[in-house]
Amino acid sequence: MKKKLSLLLALAMAMSLTACGGDKGSAESNKPTESAPAVSAPASGDKVVRIGVFEPSTGDSGPGGKQEMLGMQYANHETPTVEIGGETYTVELVPADNGSDSAKAPTAAAELVSKDVSLVLGSYGSGVSMAGGPVFDEAGLAAIGVTCTNPGVTAGNDYYFRICFLDPFQGTVLANFAKDKFSAKKAYLLGELGNDYDQGLLTFFEQAFTAAGGSVVKDSFPPNTADFSTYLNKAVAEGCDVVFCPVSIAYSTQIVKLAADMKLALPILGSDTLDSNMVLEAASGSDVKLYVSTFYQEGGAPEFDSGIKAWLASDSTAMTNNGGNDTIAAVTAMGYDAYYTALEALKAAGSTDKAAVKAALPNVTYTGVSGAIAFDATGDAIRDTAYIKMANTADNTWTFEAMQTAK
Amino acid sequence: MQYAISIVLSGISLGGQYALIAIGYTLVYGILRLINFAHGDVFMVAGLIMVYLTSFLAGTLPTGAAIFLSLLLMLILTVALGFFIERAAYKPLRSAPRMSVMISAIGVSYLLQNLATYVTGGLPKTYPSLPLLSETITIGGAPTKWVTVITPFLVIALVLALQQLINHTKVGMAMRAVAKDFETSQLMGIKINNVISMTFVIGSALAAVGSMLYFTNYPSIVPLSGALPGLRAFVAAVFGGIGSIPGAVVGAFIVGMSETIIKGSPWSIFSDAFTFALLIIILVVKPTGLFGEKVTDKV
Amino acid sequence: MLKEKKSKTGVFIALVCVAVLLAVAIILENTLDPTKNTIFFTVLKKTAVYALVACSMNLLNGFTGLFSLGQAGFMLLGAYTYAILTIPVAQRPAVYYIYNGSAINFSLPELFGGGAVGLILGVLAALILAGVVAAAVAWLIGLPVLRLKSDYLAIATLGFAEIIRAIFQWDALGPVTNGANALKNYPTFSSFNIKGADGAVTVRLSIFVAFLLSAVCIAIILLLINSSYGRAFKAIREDEVAAEAMGINLAKHKRLSFCISSFFAGVGGGLFAMFANQAQAKTFTTAMTYEILLIVVIGGIGSISGSCIAAFLYVACSEWWLRFLDNEITLKSGFKVPLLRNGFRMVVFSIVIMIVVLFFRRGIMGDKELPDLFRKRKNTKAKGGEGNG
Repeated sequence: MKKKLSLLLALAMAMSLTACGGDKGSAESNKPTESAPAVSAPASGDKVVRIGVFEPSTGDSGPGGKQEMLGMQYANHETPTVEIGGETYTVELVPADNGSDSAKAPTAAAELVSKDVSLVLGSYGSGVSMAGGPVFDEAGLAAIGVTCTNPGVTAGNDYYFRICFLDPFQGTVLANFAKDKFSAKKAYLLGELGNDYDQGLLTFFEQAFTAAGGSVVKDSFPPNTADFSTYLNKAVAEGCDVVFCPVSIAYSTQIVKLAADMKLALPILGSDTLDSNMVLEAASGSDVKLYVSTFYQEGGAPEFDSGIKAWLASDSTAMTNNGGNDTIAAVTAMGYDAYYTALEALKAAGSTDKAAVKAALPNVTYTGVSGAIAFDATGDAIRDTAYIKMANTADNTWTFEAMQTAK
Repeated sequence: MQYAISIVLSGISLGGQYALIAIGYTLVYGILRLINFAHGDVFMVAGLIMVYLTSFLAGTLPTGAAIFLSLLLMLILTVALGFFIERAAYKPLRSAPRMSVMISAIGVSYLLQNLATYVTGGLPKTYPSLPLLSETITIGGAPTKWVTVITPFLVIALVLALQQLINHTKVGMAMRAVAKDFETSQLMGIKINNVISMTFVIGSALAAVGSMLYFTNYPSIVPLSGALPGLRAFVAAVFGGIGSIPGAVVGAFIVGMSETIIKGSPWSIFSDAFTFALLIIILVVKPTGLFGEKVTDKV
Repeated sequence: MLKEKKSKTGVFIALVCVAVLLAVAIILENTLDPTKNTIFFTVLKKTAVYALVACSMNLLNGFTGLFSLGQAGFMLLGAYTYAILTIPVAQRPAVYYIYNGSAINFSLPELFGGGAVGLILGVLAALILAGVVAAAVAWLIGLPVLRLKSDYLAIATLGFAEIIRAIFQWDALGPVTNGANALKNYPTFSSFNIKGADGAVTVRLSIFVAFLLSAVCIAIILLLINSSYGRAFKAIREDEVAAEAMGINLAKHKRLSFCISSFFAGVGGGLFAMFANQAQAKTFTTAMTYEILLIVVIGGIGSISGSCIAAFLYVACSEWWLRFLDNEITLKSGFKVPLLRNGFRMVVFSIVIMIVVLFFRRGIMGDKELPDLFRKRKNTKAKGGEGNG
């Protein structure tokens, strides 16, 4: 009897929690509505438009996701309101952590759908974007991928757009760069086993590189590997001319640090993930030759640079999330552009209705700090150039190296 | 040649670091018959403690003193953590089935990882570089760190000391007695809880030293940093015969060497899988491991 | 005689419960606002999947007493089998874009003639095959591994799961497994929604399908547990030596339990692929096995209904109800709630789990089932009646 009672009680509690869960979205979102005008923009009305931020803040893509989110937060700080259909709306960012895990991405995506956002930005990492994509698709909610470069994100999904270039493009660009700059004959390719981002880039690099007459040695390391010395020594022993390692930030700091310690003479090529101040920090003071392809070059938009640096200096949490200093990562610039692209879409739609936003998105164009943004038929950004930067290890900055296009 | 030397060097240093973790597994398993899944995470937390201590102390003390003091504090805190985990999570379950204790261990591991994610904010932390240990030397043309050279000697010294402790002190005798027969030793007046705590203290202290060596070599710490070395060290402990300290050390060196050799071969993607294949083969062919004693089940 | 009657009422009650649940699933999904409640629906679907996998693990760990940690590996086998067999042929070049198309060029739903019938038959066949593949691999693994005792078995199965994962991520198998890339565009739960002529959804059946598939499998597990095989499993759990002395063939029964458990883990993997909209080997980690193990423990080791209830509570807590802990909340008075920050949700959650593991060792249900609770009430009533009479 007692057991049954307790069970009933538990059930009742579960039910009430469920009920609360349903209302919580609206309850929570009301709160900032009341407080926001007082804090940021007294002139704005009470109307709120919500933009979902679908980013990892834990897991192995956590650092990158946070930096991408910083761009959006800064943009939101800079422009907290938007004119939609003649009325001023306060923009509220609604984050949901997908934990860098495709198993948790559908629930995180569903969380955003439930919170009634008008459109979604993200995610850093293609795997989670592909797992969340169908949820958005089903809900009729448009999503703008910021730096998810896998072709599978937008292919076959009408509701996923993106503002960055794609893996085939980036892989080819870096292969061309290796050929042009170092006249490389043999490349050592290193990626994480089972990571679609790494493996995709390796494949496209290999295709372009071998097509141009080079040869490659390809290796994959299991997740959570910390000892990369064998791999780098292998690259030297095999007589490779360059190392290409498009891996996530946690691994790339290890690899770059190791290369610095063992005084590796080979140049290291990296993809957009390596464009992070944490990687730069690892290379600091050594003679590692580190080149990365990226979306944005610091100094390209001085106003944005100085603005975000001042913001970072004023917000210690943001500074920590940026890795403790104020070098601007490309993903941050992309997050910033994504936010403004979203505002453009809202303006063009003339309403906060998600269907209207989706209908307006394909024709939205915006010139951001990372260049001009426009979408093609599949929803991908029309971009034909990538910046290649070199790590200046003496004073911890990136130096512009080349503009590279895929031929 | 230079490549071969570099593989051997990195194999030996990995092996030494695994050995220090493996001893913790083997001691605990010998006494409690528990795979302490949280041990790898204690190792990771030891690394994080060091990171935070040095950055905290660096401002107030000269560098050398700060590093030394943080090493000392790190050792003490890690030992305290190991002790606390045993008291909080394993002791209440002493009479419960073995599966419950193992699940509790998994729970502690989960908690430590999530806690680390929360504290670090999911960002990789860089281990402070220690004087001497972090400096680079070149052996036979292969550049490496001093820690690589020191590791095997330090491990052997620690193991010899541990052997002395176990074979020639009262506590050691109690530990051996408890490992042999839990209940009888209780009847003989051995304070079982103290012995078990002692085991965890020794295990955690060695894990702390291991973390210092490991993270000096591979200086980036993420919440999952402990999982893989932990699992590999456990394989090493099983390989050498669980409950046997020399076995754990030999097993660790074998696991470390074979891991690096596979990484150097074209089959590098199976370096993890190979470790587990090795485990399964040894379990099936010789379940007691290289040095383990045969145990017969009593009905 | 009396006992038989009792178990019949138990089965009857269970059937009624399931029928009510399924009906509620359909009603909820079609009446509630689909946008506001997406998170609720998604949690329900994940619950259905995890409940099945937890039950399969419970069969092995709770009823047979074999402590295996290979569940994620078998789910991986099931998920990949299901996905590879059901991706439409036209979609294959896009999915396998790195390998210039797939080595396997048929799709079960299309083989069965496409349309609604083809979809149902194809998905069912693919799910059954997913289970069969997992069971076959389990049989092979079981040959050497099942001779091991308790925690050795656990660590060996855990190792096998890792090996399976590495093999599926191997580039050389890419034309079949798609290497590191995800498999996608196959039928998911949402494919079962009935659409009108204009493409808009008229009747939503996605949760119903998830619940139905999962419930049928769990029912089979229940029937198995209540059969003579189930009693043999329990005997092995209680005491291997005694069970052997009573004439139970240990090797055979252990293998049987291991294969059946893996079969349902495989089916569960297929369902998981349907839930997650994509199948990718890196999802099926040891951490996933631990999650499922924790569900089993919270529900009560040896209780099927406990596993189901715990699956819901676990999924809902970790991914929905506690999510607010991840964001900073500033109260109206300007008071900033301390500690709330990214990752706090999982800390709170793991503390809750530790409390359950340490202080409520028997979990929600212990080794009881839901109908047991009703039965007890009946007994007391009957007794009361006697007293009156």
